[in-house]
Amino acid sequence: MQTFGWPEAMFIFRAAGWTLLLTAIAFVIGGVIGGALAIMRLSRIALIRNIASVYILVIQSIPVLMVLFMSYYGLSIIGIELPPFLAASASLAVYVSAYLAEIWRGSIQSVPFQQWEASASLAHSPAQTYRYVILPQAVRISLPPTVGFLVQLVKNTSIVSVVGFVELSRAGQLVNNATFQAFQVFSLVAAIYFAICFPLSRLSRHLEKVMNASRSH
Amino acid sequence: MQFDPVLAESDLIISGIWLTIWLSAAAIVLGCTLAVLLVALRTLAGRWAGIVVDAYVELMRNTPFLIQLFMIFFGLPLLGIRMSGVEAALLTMTLNLGAYSTEIIRAGIDSIHKSQFEAGLSLALSRRQVFQYVMLQPAFARVWPALSSQFVLMMLASSICSFISVQELSGAAAIIEQRTFRSFETYIIVTAVYLVMALTLKLSLLWLGRKLFPQVSGLARLDAKAEAA
Repeated sequence: MQTFGWPEAMFIFRAAGWTLLLTAIAFVIGGVIGGALAIMRLSRIALIRNIASVYILVIQSIPVLMVLFMSYYGLSIIGIELPPFLAASASLAVYVSAYLAEIWRGSIQSVPFQQWEASASLAHSPAQTYRYVILPQAVRISLPPTVGFLVQLVKNTSIVSVVGFVELSRAGQLVNNATFQAFQVFSLVAAIYFAICFPLSRLSRHLEKVMNASRSH
Repeated sequence: MQFDPVLAESDLIISGIWLTIWLSAAAIVLGCTLAVLLVALRTLAGRWAGIVVDAYVELMRNTPFLIQLFMIFFGLPLLGIRMSGVEAALLTMTLNLGAYSTEIIRAGIDSIHKSQFEAGLSLALSRRQVFQYVMLQPAFARVWPALSSQFVLMMLASSICSFISVQELSGAAAIIEQRTFRSFETYIIVTAVYLVMALTLKLSLLWLGRKLFPQVSGLARLDAKAEAA
C-alpha cells in the first residue's frame, strides 16, 4: 500500500491547475451564452423572451449532475464525441449560462428606466443603448453576485469526474483509493478548494460594500 | 430512442424518488434546527462562540459538497465511527445546509432594528427570550425567499450523494443505466422527475411562506382577531 507523501501531494496540486482551467473556460463560454440569454430575456418579442425563460428555469431546476449527464450523452447521441476535458467544459458552460443569465438580467433591470428613455431621446439604437448607456452601469452592479457565483462554479467543477476527467476532486479520490488515508488526502483537497474560494467570497463581499457606499451618495 | 427498457425499471426510480424526498426533508428540518442554534449561539454567547460559528460557516461555504461527503464517508470510519452511505449523506447534507442557513438567518437577525431588541429587554425579557420571541419570527419571515431557494438547491445537490452509491434518484439512474445501456433515455426521465420535484418544492415553500408569515400589518391582524372573537 502506498503512503500519502510528496508525489501524491504534487499530483493533487497539479490537478488543482485543471480545476482552475476548467473554471475559466466554463466561465468564459457560459458567460457569452449567458449574456445573450440575459438580453433575450429582456427582448420585446415574447417568443424570444419565453425561450430564454424556459431554458433558465429548466437548468436552474435540475441538478448540475443531470446537466452534465444530459449534455454529455446528448452530444454523443448527435454524433459528437468530445474528449473528457471539452465535454466537461461544455457541460459546465450550460450550467453557468443559466445562472449568469439570471444574475445579469437582474443587473440590467436594476439600471433605472430613465436611462433607457434618455438614451432613446438621444436617438441611440437599441444596440447603442446597451453598449454605451446600460451595460457600463449594469456591469458594475453585477460584479459582486458574479464573483459570488464564481465560488459556486469552482465548487461544482468537483463533480465533472463523472465524465471521466481528472481534476482536483477526482485526483483526491484516486490518491485515497491508493493510500486509504482519507483524512490527509481530503483535508489537502478541501484546503486547496478553500484557498481558491475564500478569497473570491471575500472579494465578492468587499465589492458589495464598495458599490453600496457609492450608491448612497 | 427507446424508453421501454428504462420504464421497466420504474420500481427503482420510485424508490429513488422516495429516498431523495426523505433525505431532503430530513436535511431541511435538521439543518434549519442546527442553523437556529448556531445563530442563537452567535447572537447570545460570547465573542469566541461567534468566531467558531463564523469559521464553521466559512469552511462549509467555501469547500465543495462532494469533498465534505468524502471526508465524512471515508474519513470518519478511520476514527472508528462507522456509518452507512445514507447516514453519511444525511449528516453531510445537514451540516452543509446548516452552514448556509446560518448565514441566511443571521442576515435576517441583523436586518431587525436594534430598537426591537431594546424594547424586549425593557419589558424584562431575558436576552434569550428576546431572541426567541421577538427576533426569530420576523427574521425568518424576511429571509424566507432566500431560505427557500437554498432548500431547493440542497434537494438538487442531494444527487451528488450517488457518488458514495446512495440509491437516491441519481443513484437509481446509474443502476438503470448499467442494466439497460440506455444512458440518454434514463437521464431524460430522471431529469424530468427532478424538474417536477424542484418546481413542486418551490411552489410548496412559497405556499408555506404565505401561511407561516402572512404579509399583513400588525393592525390588520388585530382587527382580524377582534372580528373572530
